[in-house]
Amino acid sequence: MSFFFRSAPTTTASASASASASPSAPVADGVRPLVEVEDLQVRFVSREATVHAVNGVSFSLMPGEVLCIIGESGSGKSVTMRALMRLLPAHKTRMSGRMRVGDKDVLALSPSELTAMRGALVSMIFQEPMTALDPVYTIGEQIAETVMRHTGCSRAAALRRGLELLEFVKVPSAERRLKAYPHELSGGLRQRAMIAMALSCNPSLLLADEPTTALDATVQIQVLILMRKLQKELGMSVIFVTHDLGVAAQIADKVAVMYAGRIVEMGSVKEVLSNPQHPYTRGMLASTVHGQDRDRDIEAIPGSPPDMRRLAPGCSFAPRCAHATEECLASAPPEIRMGPARAVRCFRAGQFGAPSASLAIA
Amino acid sequence: MWLYVARRILYAVPIALGVTAFCFALVYLAPGNPLQLLLPPDASAEVIELIKKTYGFDKPIPVQYAIWLGRALTGDLGVSIATNRPVTGEVLGALSNTVILSVAAVILAFSLAFTLGLLAAWFNGRWVDRLVTGFSIVGVSVPNYWLGMVLIIVFAVNMNWLPATGMGSKGSESFRLTDWEQLRHAILPVVTMSMIPLGIIMRTTRSAVSEVLNHDFVQTLRAKGLGEFAVLRHAVRNALPAVLAVMGLQFGYLMGGSILIETIFTWPGTGFLLNKAILTRDIPVLQGTILVLALIFVATNLAVDLIQTAVDPRIKRA
Repeated sequence: MSFFFRSAPTTTASASASASASPSAPVADGVRPLVEVEDLQVRFVSREATVHAVNGVSFSLMPGEVLCIIGESGSGKSVTMRALMRLLPAHKTRMSGRMRVGDKDVLALSPSELTAMRGALVSMIFQEPMTALDPVYTIGEQIAETVMRHTGCSRAAALRRGLELLEFVKVPSAERRLKAYPHELSGGLRQRAMIAMALSCNPSLLLADEPTTALDATVQIQVLILMRKLQKELGMSVIFVTHDLGVAAQIADKVAVMYAGRIVEMGSVKEVLSNPQHPYTRGMLASTVHGQDRDRDIEAIPGSPPDMRRLAPGCSFAPRCAHATEECLASAPPEIRMGPARAVRCFRAGQFGAPSASLAIA
Repeated sequence: MWLYVARRILYAVPIALGVTAFCFALVYLAPGNPLQLLLPPDASAEVIELIKKTYGFDKPIPVQYAIWLGRALTGDLGVSIATNRPVTGEVLGALSNTVILSVAAVILAFSLAFTLGLLAAWFNGRWVDRLVTGFSIVGVSVPNYWLGMVLIIVFAVNMNWLPATGMGSKGSESFRLTDWEQLRHAILPVVTMSMIPLGIIMRTTRSAVSEVLNHDFVQTLRAKGLGEFAVLRHAVRNALPAVLAVMGLQFGYLMGGSILIETIFTWPGTGFLLNKAILTRDIPVLQGTILVLALIFVATNLAVDLIQTAVDPRIKRA
């Protein structure tokens, strides 16, 4: 079946190999990053208030690389992803900065160029497979619709492609499932169908917005393994949003930790999870369950996330930070580079040692 | 699927029977004795007995009902007291006139209401939406008999563009909408009648479509590269069951004809017939008309149920 899929170009494969060896090397072997985001700002404007959802996010992603964006609800991770496809409601969203995917300048695309990009160059899978599929169309019709939209092929050919895709994502009795409505499938199968739909036009970049969060624990792992396998086979880049550090450790090459609309720490998955340098990342790692005594309380980060309508001038995490000083409250810390692809937004970055407990990296 | 259809039809039977029982009971629910309508006040006891026997009033009520039902099933609804003609013919003649009016009104109202509702949903919260919403509130609030009279005053009396009443000189026997002379007579009543369902269907379409547009899957549709027109098509397909349900009910109401509108425009439909029958205390005509209209309403509801099942895969078809 692989003739139908674009096989991963060799350059991509080498780039992903070099990326996994040292995710820091950006343009080392002449390969341009697939995604470049520079100083992305997203604000939601309404009559009552302006919500500063994303405040200057920059990152780049090589072909075949997997980036995990980690952060709690409201940290701007989903908004960043939707901004990459310009899926946010146009009339109340203000975006600035630069976003490039492939050779497309995302913010400069016309409406027709935008719809041509969505689902083909970049596609997305969502958190809730229950509600993310149209309930009154069959799975086959929904996949075929995407294929027909981007390839202009016949309905019959599109349905054949749909069947092939369902088999590719390991949906059992695919022929029957093609004719099924979403409500007739389990959550795991629905998410597989969603993945099949997203892959239908060979995207170079797959955006996954917490695709395993709404699933049962056992199904979560199956879907995660499937996604990692597909990513390796197809050689596509993936941006994976999650708040599950374990998931990040499983699938990511690079990790970006977001807080209050900023990336506060970024680096290879190994560096970030074993040697976190931002107090927020450290707090988050400390608050996970990792074999501590049962009677010891899990260390939660005190306080709550800031009000995104009224952000203070200083470091957004400072009010909750045990290490905060006058300096932190006065001005936002700059990005401190700690290696070729490692950056931390904290005045005290580099002053923390490796934490006593860290997640085992797969 | 066919099993489901058969079951729904079966469910409609007891409702239809209930309707016939009610229509039969009308004779006894109406004030006074049914015999008083037929007889002069000074009729002798023998004459009363004779009439009782010929009309079957001497038998117990359940037997009377069975006989009446048997006749009704064969299409015999009795004889009009006022005109002495068979009720079946009177009702069917009036019904065909009402159908002309209500089908035209339904087509006009449904297409206009659906389009406007869709526009309002699409421009949710913007001026188009507010305009349409305002229009639909006016449509719901304005009494249609008042609107009918205003239309007559403006278009028939003041401007003299359209006839005020009736179905034209050729009468109701050979009425055709393709004939402009006859069509002219239908315009004002059709417009007035279409105002009845316009507002409510507009509101239903607007709320159903804008609710669907807020669902998560709309984002999926955009994310897979569909244009706004294709997204709207999905939204309509999802909103259709809710809209169809209201449309079906409204269609049922309009099929019953409107006593007020048909009386104002002297349109010889079922509403006009009912009005006449009430004024002349013509119980058989009243009975027959109500029976036919109620059965049409039951059938419309059944049809809507079945159509809904066909368009919404989430309704279980077992």
